[in-house]
Amino acid sequence: MNVMIPSQLRSYTHASRVECSGATLGAVLDELDRRYPGLRFRIIDEQDRIRQHIHIFINKEMTLGLHQPVTDADEIRIIGALSGG
Amino acid sequence: MNKPKIPIKDGNVALLVGTRKGGFMLRSSHSREKWKLEGPFMLGAIVHNIILDPRDGRTLLMAASTGHLGPTIFRSSDQGGTWTEAARPPAFPKADSEEKGEAVSHTFSLWPGHVDEPGVFYAGTAPVGLFRSEDGGETWDGVAGFNENPMRRTWIGPAEFAPPGGGGLHSLQIDPRDPAHMYIGCSMGGVFESLDQGRSWQPLNKGCEADFLPDPEADFGHDPHTLRIHPLYPDVLYQQNHCGIYRMDREDGYWVRIGSNMPEDVGDIGFPIVLDPRDPQRVWVFPMDGTEIWPRTSPKGKPAVYVSTNGGKNWVSLHKGLPARHGYFTVKRHAMNADRQAPLGIYFGTSGGQVWGSVDEGNRWRKLVDYLPEIYSIVPVVFAA
Repeated sequence: MNVMIPSQLRSYTHASRVECSGATLGAVLDELDRRYPGLRFRIIDEQDRIRQHIHIFINKEMTLGLHQPVTDADEIRIIGALSGG
Repeated sequence: MNKPKIPIKDGNVALLVGTRKGGFMLRSSHSREKWKLEGPFMLGAIVHNIILDPRDGRTLLMAASTGHLGPTIFRSSDQGGTWTEAARPPAFPKADSEEKGEAVSHTFSLWPGHVDEPGVFYAGTAPVGLFRSEDGGETWDGVAGFNENPMRRTWIGPAEFAPPGGGGLHSLQIDPRDPAHMYIGCSMGGVFESLDQGRSWQPLNKGCEADFLPDPEADFGHDPHTLRIHPLYPDVLYQQNHCGIYRMDREDGYWVRIGSNMPEDVGDIGFPIVLDPRDPQRVWVFPMDGTEIWPRTSPKGKPAVYVSTNGGKNWVSLHKGLPARHGYFTVKRHAMNADRQAPLGIYFGTSGGQVWGSVDEGNRWRKLVDYLPEIYSIVPVVFAA
């Protein structure tokens, strides 16, 4: 599946989109972290919560949890939401 | 009291500057008259603290987060030329229930371990937490004796009562005679002491006022802003507190409000406190307006450093070179420090992005750089040759 990478994370991926796979959003992020060490912790805290100013969309729906199933046909979009000045 | 000598380090002083929008470095000429700005490092990142490992004179650690991304630690071994992210930055353990679990908001302060423990570093976080690395900052683990102490939440108060920014562990001081003897300063919480390298802690707040608590004699719940022990006389402790300036001679076990000797129209509220590494009686503070709604700016718009040369019995204003009026500075707790040269150099950074320095122990001040982002920390260092 396609994972859209926000500018804030491109120092890890050096790309605006990457191909990845996994059965759930959490599994996809785990795989991303294996390929780009440190990326996951910048957007998911140690309690497995999506950080306050990060939004993750699966296709056009915003998700709140890592357990959400995904398929290779889905597109995951990680967004750095507005966070003040 | 005799004054043992602290050797002057060969090499030029550099200031490691943490700001709300990145890290910077100011390098000085040998005379400390000329200063050159380098950076930014991680432009846009919130950099709370940058430190140099004094044991090798080469390893830099930088605590960074951004408005969007979670907190991490970067390391550099080439004086800031390149930075590598820690493999496992400070993080609380995963809780059984998502609702109860704490998450590090940011690393507020970084500290090298004892000189006899190369590679050891400590990190103080918000929410109040203490973390230790034994591999030069590559991986970090919580100090369970504090973070998982059943009294911790009682000491630091409920999360919803934390001060703006989430509260933080801002000061860690290690007895140079004994790496197991440590002090920490927590805002909120107070000062705590460990005699067993962090396995257990006891509050050390007697004598310290807390006018925001119902019990003025409370053992904990205090709000130290900066805690320092003297490097040569480690039983002499100072703190700039939310409720004044204090000194403790450890054998007394009681904080004495030496700030009550400050001029009444200036007061003794502030964030930083700086010790003379060669003289335990000499200490500098940067008072701020702590009246009514706490503007936290220079009293009456007249910024001044105050020095005491007798352990806080008297205080003298040091303001030559600083604006005589309309100077509404705020200097945060990590943003004022001294080098170890002779004469001593003292430096502070403001919320308005100015770095000021004095290379004659505070007698005359000079603006070293302007227009930086809001300054969070200033750490004077000398790199190894």
